[in-house]
Amino acid sequence: MAETRKQGPAMRPGPRGPGRGGPRHRSMEKPKDIKKTLGRLLAYMLDYKFQLVGVFVGIILSALAGVAGTYFLRPIINGLGEFIGQQSPDLSNLIRTLFIMGLIYLLGSTGSFVYNRLMLNISTGTMRKIRIDMFRHMQNLPIKYYDTHTHGELMSRFTNDTDTLREILSRGIPQLVTSVVSITGVFIMMLVISPILTLLVIIMLFIMLFAIKKIGGKSANFFIKQQRHLGEVNGFIEEMIVGQKVVKVFSREEKVGEEFEELNEKLRKSSSSAQTFAGILMPIMANLSYVNYALTASVGAAMAIGGYLDIGSIASFLQYTRSFSRPITEISHQFNTLLAALAGAERIFDMMDTPPEINEGSVTLVNAEVSDDGTISETERKTGSWAWKRIDSDGKPEYVRLRGEVRFENVTFAYEENKNVLNNISLYAKPGQKIALVGSTGAGKTTITNLINRFYDVQEGRILYDGIDVREIKKDDLRRSLAMVLQDTNLFTGTVRDNIRYGRLDATDEEVERAAKIANADFFITHLPQGYDTMLTGDGANLSQGQRQLLAIARAAIADPPVLILDEATSSIDTRTEALIESGMDKLMEGKTVFIIAHRLSTVRNANAIMVMENGEIIERGDHNSLIEQRGKYYQLYTGMFELD
Amino acid sequence: MIKKLIPCLGKYKIYAVLTPLCVVMEVALDVYIPILMGRIINIGIYGGGGISYVFKVGVLMILMALLAMCFGALSGRFAALASTGFASGIRSKVFSKIQAFSFSNVDKFSPASLITRLTTDVTYAQMALTTIIRIAVRAPFMLVLTTTMAIRINAKLSLVFLTVMPILAVVLAVIITKAYPLFIKMLGKFDKLNASLQENLAAIRVVKAFVRRDYENEKFTKAATDLQIAQKKAEKLFVLSMPFVQLGMYICMIAVSWFGGNLIIRGGMQTGDLMTFISYIGQILMSLMMISMSFVMIVMSKASVSRIVEVLDELPDISDEGADPELEVRDGSISFDNVSFSYAKDKSNLTLESVNLEIKSGETIGIIGGTGSAKTTLVQLIPRLYDVFDGSLRVGGRDVRDYKLNNLRSAVAMVLQKNELFSGTIRDNLRWGDENATYEELIAACKAASAHNFIMSFPDGYDTWLGQGGVNVSGGQKQRLCIARALLRNPKILILDDSTSAVDTATDLSIRQALRENRGDTTLIIIAQRISSVADADRIIVLDNGKINAVGTHEQLLSTNDIYREVFESQQKGVA
Repeated sequence: MAETRKQGPAMRPGPRGPGRGGPRHRSMEKPKDIKKTLGRLLAYMLDYKFQLVGVFVGIILSALAGVAGTYFLRPIINGLGEFIGQQSPDLSNLIRTLFIMGLIYLLGSTGSFVYNRLMLNISTGTMRKIRIDMFRHMQNLPIKYYDTHTHGELMSRFTNDTDTLREILSRGIPQLVTSVVSITGVFIMMLVISPILTLLVIIMLFIMLFAIKKIGGKSANFFIKQQRHLGEVNGFIEEMIVGQKVVKVFSREEKVGEEFEELNEKLRKSSSSAQTFAGILMPIMANLSYVNYALTASVGAAMAIGGYLDIGSIASFLQYTRSFSRPITEISHQFNTLLAALAGAERIFDMMDTPPEINEGSVTLVNAEVSDDGTISETERKTGSWAWKRIDSDGKPEYVRLRGEVRFENVTFAYEENKNVLNNISLYAKPGQKIALVGSTGAGKTTITNLINRFYDVQEGRILYDGIDVREIKKDDLRRSLAMVLQDTNLFTGTVRDNIRYGRLDATDEEVERAAKIANADFFITHLPQGYDTMLTGDGANLSQGQRQLLAIARAAIADPPVLILDEATSSIDTRTEALIESGMDKLMEGKTVFIIAHRLSTVRNANAIMVMENGEIIERGDHNSLIEQRGKYYQLYTGMFELD
Repeated sequence: MIKKLIPCLGKYKIYAVLTPLCVVMEVALDVYIPILMGRIINIGIYGGGGISYVFKVGVLMILMALLAMCFGALSGRFAALASTGFASGIRSKVFSKIQAFSFSNVDKFSPASLITRLTTDVTYAQMALTTIIRIAVRAPFMLVLTTTMAIRINAKLSLVFLTVMPILAVVLAVIITKAYPLFIKMLGKFDKLNASLQENLAAIRVVKAFVRRDYENEKFTKAATDLQIAQKKAEKLFVLSMPFVQLGMYICMIAVSWFGGNLIIRGGMQTGDLMTFISYIGQILMSLMMISMSFVMIVMSKASVSRIVEVLDELPDISDEGADPELEVRDGSISFDNVSFSYAKDKSNLTLESVNLEIKSGETIGIIGGTGSAKTTLVQLIPRLYDVFDGSLRVGGRDVRDYKLNNLRSAVAMVLQKNELFSGTIRDNLRWGDENATYEELIAACKAASAHNFIMSFPDGYDTWLGQGGVNVSGGQKQRLCIARALLRNPKILILDDSTSAVDTATDLSIRQALRENRGDTTLIIIAQRISSVADADRIIVLDNGKINAVGTHEQLLSTNDIYREVFESQQKGVA
């Protein structure tokens, strides 16, 4: 039963992901390199070196105490035999034995207390560290990683995989150690007491291992089937829940329900087989150990009658047969979980091994002070003007004023090899110019913006930003000099104010409100129940698409960088509202270099230059009037003679 | 809580009863085996029963162990049948419940949360049931039975059990009651962590574009630390339950050895009985450990179960109740009579206010209005996706609540603004509109929606496979497929809610022309952002802030309505 719960909710692929989503089938994935994975896990736990030593000591004490305590039954019961019938037996021996036994047990319990408590520290602390490391690493991964992995996959790294990992940390590893110690200890003691009875135990052990193998093998097959059907059911659920409103509009509830029942029943069948095999293993193993117990009792008794064995030995040995099979049953039961957990850990480490965004670049962005003669010097003060700082070969800083000039020189780019999305693109945006990119989906408009802020790097040609190759600029500083408003507006849990402030964390309340006014968002915000302090839920579901876009524009307004990229930023805003925010947008764009991608041509009309893109190439360029005069593609698009999608 | 889900077992209820029965049998046999062992010692060795007695009882013991194994295996099988039947029952109930939901019910739960409830939460509920019918029956029964047998063997010595066990039980109970609320808190922190993670993933482009890595790291580190603290708090006590049980059992061991030893010496008990007692200690230890282990599982599942129950308890606020099953929509006339609507069902927070509107059957109506002016809200009332808050809405001369939903909605087709296609072929998707549509009908609808040409440009034509959500067609193509799908319903009223926003003006025009030519007396309602999409409508409604601002033809509105003129001008500027 432990295996089934690893199937998390299948999640939808990211907004721009290639959509290779769908539910994942994973329960039977086996780890590739157990040793390496365990090694790395241990390395994490080494932060708790001393506590870890304590854990091991505790486990060993606790396990050995169990083994040793049981052994004392032998002298106790044998001793009793001698006293039977005596009038005033000398019980000091018994007392002494019991006292020692008590001490051992006390030690064992203490060990158990200590290791359980320490293990809690270690496991929660380690998990915290792994989670944080994963997250931090993830933040450094290139956009490409996000574009090639679904959110569901990444989420499952953090939920399912860490869950199982925690399981092995807090339970699996201690149990493994306990089992190994007590199996070894018990085995030695059994040999000491009676090699013949031990032989019986070994035979039973083989039978048990055989049963495990047989049942385990069968169950693996059914589990694969179950996972497949579970995937189908979960996929169907996801699709129909997401499209639930359409289902209702078309009154398809009944039909969809029937289809679901079919899948559901298929899953029930395969899952009941899989669960059966998982469910019968425990009782079979446990009762095999009773068979062993019965055998030991009978053979032991027979040996005792023949005078080959004393009763005390039987008593100890009987307890040992029980404590021998328990860890084996437990390990066999946990084995799949353990493997799944290791496979999960491996996936986690794989993710952490994915190379982060590289090439930080050496050119940085600094606050600049421009003196009257035009020389630029660096300052701590926020002057409102910025400069690129480059350290030349002599170690002397060199400053270039940040103006927002962008130049593409013969840029060629492909997301996948041999599938060029951009072909030999050259374009030039003078500081303060508005450049519009127009064209159908897949023409490469968004790719251009992806390259400017280095979500991706160009493969051929180069992009110059104020004359500096963008690859030489520190990524963070490069991005700080640009603001983006994307088509899919993402909001964060927090107040409206927090969400706008995301553009510049140190903005004052007044600045936030001013930015909202520029974006024309102030009106609807003040009509929200708590105004600027209204809490937005995760995806801002309580706002309309258009309102969310207005917030995103306000966010860019508050960042106030020299270059602005608007990728379908007003697509969900009606033209009238768009017209209303136009004045605000004009203010926002004033003096800035702006790249606009828009579907609606009315949005791009007053750009300084409009680039019409097709198949990764710029096929027409010019301002609105000149393009209309050209009577080319733009003219067709604009007059609605040609389809754009 | 899980009791509420019991009906989901359906016909598998029998297995949920058989499982504990088998468990009980298995436990009874397991408890009896040590007694036989005691007899072997007492009678076989000490009582002169000899080898033959030992052999006889030994075989009996082995047979009993094998029988117990059978019962155990059966309980495993039955538990599997019961729990998987249970899970399938829950899924089926929840799914059909969601089918019965109205839009406002759906709005209440986000899709993501509904999906979790139907997937992960069901798995947890399934585990909880397995735990309950197997472990939660086994452990207490084992405790009771071993204690009873112990009393029967030697009442005096059983006092040891009777003293230690209640103490342990109290300690465990205290730990569990103390830990429970902390566990719930911890689960809350878990949800928080996941939520912030999901947000970050969704917004990764924003995070990177604004270079907010450090800020996000800080946020996440805090969430992870909170979780760790909550986890430690919750489990701090809990991890002690196992050592406590161990300690208790050790004390039992020593006490049994001492008192039992004394009894034996005085002839009050036999050695075999002492050994039976000692075996029982092991069995009790196992049971108690199982109880404390299954606790975590039940707690974890409790939250899941209550989330499932929440869905099952949700009352669909739109149903067929009071509808006339025979009533069919007669024609496409629509009349709004003083209609108000509020998503929050709150008089002071109206989205639509006192709308009065008569639409004749066969009319073409355009609706224009700004973001948030309630255009979508207005039309969603017609197929009764939401119920009016105040006033009444009639379709075909009868209140929409008089029709069965099925009858109403098959007469009112709507193309939603946020539309979905489903995985399957184009043909499958179109058939949502009409199950029995012929190929010719499909083509006719697609031609009217200007979709036929692009469909034929795909190598597989109408059999082209669409991925989930229609990922492999463009936005404009998706919209046209959705229109074709709605056309196939052959509705009396067709509503297009901003359904051609991604389609260029020329195609938009040809779709509208085709609609006009073929639609007979279908009432057509078009919501659009582009004036050109509605300019040729019989009447255009200008909505502003939840109220009808003006109704009229394009020419009338252009000359009399400020809003309309503004919108028009905002779209005309600069046209050559």
